[in-house]
Amino acid sequence: MKTWIEKQQALIDFTLASLARRKLKNLGLLLVYTLIVFLLASVMLFTHALRHEAAQVLKNSPEVIVQRMVAGRHDLIPPGYLNRLGRIRGVQKKEGRLWGYYYDAVVKANYTFMVPTAGASAAGKVANGKIVIGAAVARERGLLPGNLISFRSYSGRLFSFAVAEVLPHSAELVSADLILLSEADYRAFFEIPAGHYTDIALSVANPQEVRNIAAKLAETLPDSRPILREEVLRTYESIFNWREGIVLVLLSGSIFAFAIFAWEKASGLSAEEKREIGILKAIGWETGDVLKMKFWEGALVSLTAFLLGYIAAYLHVFRFSSGLFEPVLKGWAVLYPRFELVPVVDGFQVATLFFFTVFPYTVATIVPIWRAAITDPDAVMRG
Amino acid sequence: MLSRKSQRAFVFLVCILAAFLLTFADSASRQAEHATLLAANGRLVEQLGLTDLCLFTEARYTRHPSQADLHSAFQDHPLGLEHFPSGSLLPPPRNLTASYENLDRKTTSAD
Repeated sequence: MKTWIEKQQALIDFTLASLARRKLKNLGLLLVYTLIVFLLASVMLFTHALRHEAAQVLKNSPEVIVQRMVAGRHDLIPPGYLNRLGRIRGVQKKEGRLWGYYYDAVVKANYTFMVPTAGASAAGKVANGKIVIGAAVARERGLLPGNLISFRSYSGRLFSFAVAEVLPHSAELVSADLILLSEADYRAFFEIPAGHYTDIALSVANPQEVRNIAAKLAETLPDSRPILREEVLRTYESIFNWREGIVLVLLSGSIFAFAIFAWEKASGLSAEEKREIGILKAIGWETGDVLKMKFWEGALVSLTAFLLGYIAAYLHVFRFSSGLFEPVLKGWAVLYPRFELVPVVDGFQVATLFFFTVFPYTVATIVPIWRAAITDPDAVMRG
Repeated sequence: MLSRKSQRAFVFLVCILAAFLLTFADSASRQAEHATLLAANGRLVEQLGLTDLCLFTEARYTRHPSQADLHSAFQDHPLGLEHFPSGSLLPPPRNLTASYENLDRKTTSAD
C-alpha cells in the first residue's frame, strides 16, 4: 500500500511539474473551467432555492381563484356573480378580491394596488386615507411611515395617502411592489362601482374536491376561468426551467465554447506533449504509468475547477444576493425586490453537476493519451 | 515540511474540499435561521391572498404569471409581439401549454 501511495505521489509530482511548464495555458484553462462551473452552479443554486421558497410560501395562497373572461380578456366580476357561486357544493368560503396595477410615472415603476381580504386580521386592515407599502416602493420613493404621497388616478384626479406602515424587508420576495389600501379608497381611486371585484378567491373544505369544484365552476359559469393553487405551484416549479429561454441560450454558447476549448486542449496533443510521452516510454515508463499521470492531470484540474467554481457560486447566490444576475432578472423593471434566498442545496443536483463537469474532461484527457501511449515511442517522438 | 509539490497540492485540495463541505453545513444552519422568516412570509401570503412572487414588475403577465392567460403577452395590439426581457426568462404557466385530450377520434357522428 505504501509503495502504491509513493508511486502515485511521484506521478502527481511529475504531473504538477509538467503542468507548471505550460503555466499560462493551464492557468487559463483552469480559470475558464472554474468560470463555467461557477455560472452553471449559480443558475442551479439560484433556481433551486427560488423554487423551494416559492413552494413554501405559495402553499398558503388561495385554493381556487375564479377570473371572468370577456372576449379572451380578464374582466371584472359583476354583481350577483358571487351569489351564483354560493350554490356550488363544497365551497367553504368565497371572497371577492380587489387588486390591480398602477403605473407611477414619477419613477416609471408598476405597483400592485391591493385591498387586504376581509379575512385579514385587524392588524392587516388599512384605514381610509392610509396605505401600507412594500419595501421596494418605500425605497424607490424614499418613503417612511407617516409620510404623505399622492397618486394621480386613471381618471386624472389626485389622491393623497398617508403611509401607515412599510412591509418588512424580509417579505420583499412576495410584497416588494405592493400598496395596500382600504376598499373605499380602492374603489374611488380606480372608479370601480360597488359589487364589482377583480376576481374571487374560494376556499374548499375538502382538498380532494378542488378539481371537481373547478369542473362544476366551468359548467355553471362558462365565462369563468378557475385557477387552482396546484397550478400556481406548478407554474413556480417550472420557473427558470433550464430548458426555457434566454438563460439556456446564453449559457449554451459559453458551454459549447468551453467544450470545444477543452476538447481541443485535451484531445489534440501538442507536438511537445507527444514528444514527452515518447521520451517517457523510451526511458522505461509503461503505458499504464503514462495513463495514470494523465489521469491525475485531468482529475486535479477538473476537481479544482469544480470545487472552486461551486464555492464561488454558493457565496455569490447566498452571501451576495446573486448580484451578477440582477441586471438580467431586472429587465426593464424599476422595482426589483432585494431578497436573500434560503440556502437550500440539492445534493443530487450537485452530484449531477459534478458528473457533467469533471467526468467528461477527465475522459477527454485520457483517451488521446492512451492512443499516443500505445504506439511505438520512436514513432511518437518523430511525430 | 511540505517540500513536495504533491503534498502542497494535497493540502490545497483538502482545504477547498473542506470549504465545499462547509457550504452544506452553512446551508443547514441558515435554513433553521430562515425558517421563521419563511413562516412569516407564508402568513402574509395567506392573509393577503397573494398568488405570485414579486420577481418581475415590468409587465402584468410577468408580475403575476399564474394569473395571466396565454394571450396576455400579446394584448397591447393585435401584432404587438411580446417585448419585455423577462418574458424570455419565464416560461408560460404549464397548465396553459398542456395540450387537451384528443377527442376527434371519439366522436360518433360525422363532422
